[in-house]
Amino acid sequence: MAGKERIAQRAAQDLEPFSIINLGIGIPTMVADYLDKDNYYLHTENGLLGVTSVEEENIDPLLVNAGKLPVGEAVGASYFHSADSFAMIRGGHVDVAILGALQIDAAGRVANWAIPGKDIIGVGGAMDLLVGAKKILITTNHVSKDGSPKIVEECTYPITSTRRADVIITDLAVFRWIHDGYVLTDLLGDATLQEIAEKTTASYRVSDKLYEKGSTK
Amino acid sequence: MNIPKHIDVDQAVANVKSDDTIMVGGFGLVGSPLTMIDALTHWDVTNLTIISNNVGETGKGLGILLQQGKLKKAVGSYFTSNREVAKWYNEGKLELDLLPQGTFAEAIRAGGAGIGGFYTKTAVGTELAQGKETRDIDGETYLLEKPLKADVALIRAEKADTKGNLVYYKTARNFNPIMASAAAYVVAEVDEIVDEGELDPEAIATPHLFVDALVKSRYVLTKEGVVDRGR
Repeated sequence: MAGKERIAQRAAQDLEPFSIINLGIGIPTMVADYLDKDNYYLHTENGLLGVTSVEEENIDPLLVNAGKLPVGEAVGASYFHSADSFAMIRGGHVDVAILGALQIDAAGRVANWAIPGKDIIGVGGAMDLLVGAKKILITTNHVSKDGSPKIVEECTYPITSTRRADVIITDLAVFRWIHDGYVLTDLLGDATLQEIAEKTTASYRVSDKLYEKGSTK
Repeated sequence: MNIPKHIDVDQAVANVKSDDTIMVGGFGLVGSPLTMIDALTHWDVTNLTIISNNVGETGKGLGILLQQGKLKKAVGSYFTSNREVAKWYNEGKLELDLLPQGTFAEAIRAGGAGIGGFYTKTAVGTELAQGKETRDIDGETYLLEKPLKADVALIRAEKADTKGNLVYYKTARNFNPIMASAAAYVVAEVDEIVDEGELDPEAIATPHLFVDALVKSRYVLTKEGVVDRGR
C-alpha cells in the first residue's frame, strides 16, 4: 500500500462510528474511501452534511465538496448556507476535522495555509476548523518532498491556529497529544524507532509498548 | 413593496456604478451568477470592490473582470483558485482583504442582520489577526471582526416566484442567502420564475423582502463547463 493510502486507512481506523467529520483537501479526502459511509456523517464547509461518493454518470456540477470535487448526497443529507456551515464548525458541532499540514510543532501548532516567500492569497476554512472542531487529526507525509522533517520543534511557516492538534498520522507513525506533548504510539509499515527519530526534529516521548516492540526488531 | 421584479440582465447590472462595493455569490463557479457577471464584463465600470469567496478562476467568472482591470479590491477567503490574483496584487493593481472563510461568511451575515461586529476565536495568534482588536471573554481570546455590506449583491438561486422568494439547489446555495441580506440592492439570477404560491413556503430559503429584482439565467454551469443556453 502506498504511503498516502496507508495514512488514509489508518486515519479511518481512528474515527468513532457516527461521528460528524470534516475532511480537508488531499489525503484527508481519501479517508472517506476507507469508511463505512452508513456509519459516519461527512460535513463539507461549502454547505452539505451527508457527503458520499458519486459515480461518474451521476456527477452533478452543482454538488461539490470544499475541494470543488464532485460528490454525492447521502440518504438523510441536508444543505445549508455558508454562515450556518461555519457556525457548525466554530460552535463545536463537528466531532473531528481531518486536515493536512505543512508543519506541526512540538507545541501541537499546525501550519497549513501559507508558505513564506510565496503569495499568501488563500486560507479557506482551515483556521475555523482548527479552532472549532472537537478533535483535530492531522494526516501528512512524515517528511516533505525534499526530505525535510514536517514534525518540527517550532513551526517556521505561519501557523494556522494556536489550538493544538490531537493526533498526527503519517506514512510512518502515529503521534498522540498526551498531557503536555506528543507521544509516538504506533509505527506503521516497516518504520522503526530509529527512522522516526531521524525524520522528526520535534521532541516527543515514545510509548512504552513501542520500546518493547523496538527491542525485538 | 411588491412590484414586478423580473428585469433584463442589462437593467440589473446598470445598478452597478464605478467605485461600488459588489457582493457576488458562489463557491468557485458553483452558485455563481454567471449571466450577470458576463453582463458586467460588457458594462463600463471601474474601481469595483468585490466581496466574493473567490475571484472566479483564471479568465472565468469574476476572473474576466480582473483581466479587464475593473477591480480595485477583492474581499474573500480563497483567491488561490485564480493564479492571476497574485500577479495583480504584487503589481499593486489590486488590493486584497483575506479573511478565514467562516469569518467572511459571518461578517456578511452580520452585515445583513444589523450587527456591528463580532468576536471570533478564528485566526487568533496568526498573521491574519495583525492589526485587529482582541478581547478576552470568559478566559479565551477572541478577535473583533467587522461586518461586510455592499451597494449591490448579485446572487444565484435555482428558482424564484414572481414576488422574489428564492429556493436554492444543493451546494450552489453557499454564500447566496447571506449576501441577499447584506446589500442595498439585490438581484437574484434564477433558472425559473414561477407564479407566487407555487413555491412551498417551508422550502423558501430567502424570503422576498431581501430581493429587489430577478434575472433569468443564460450562462449555466454544466458537466461540460459553462454553457450558453440562450436568452
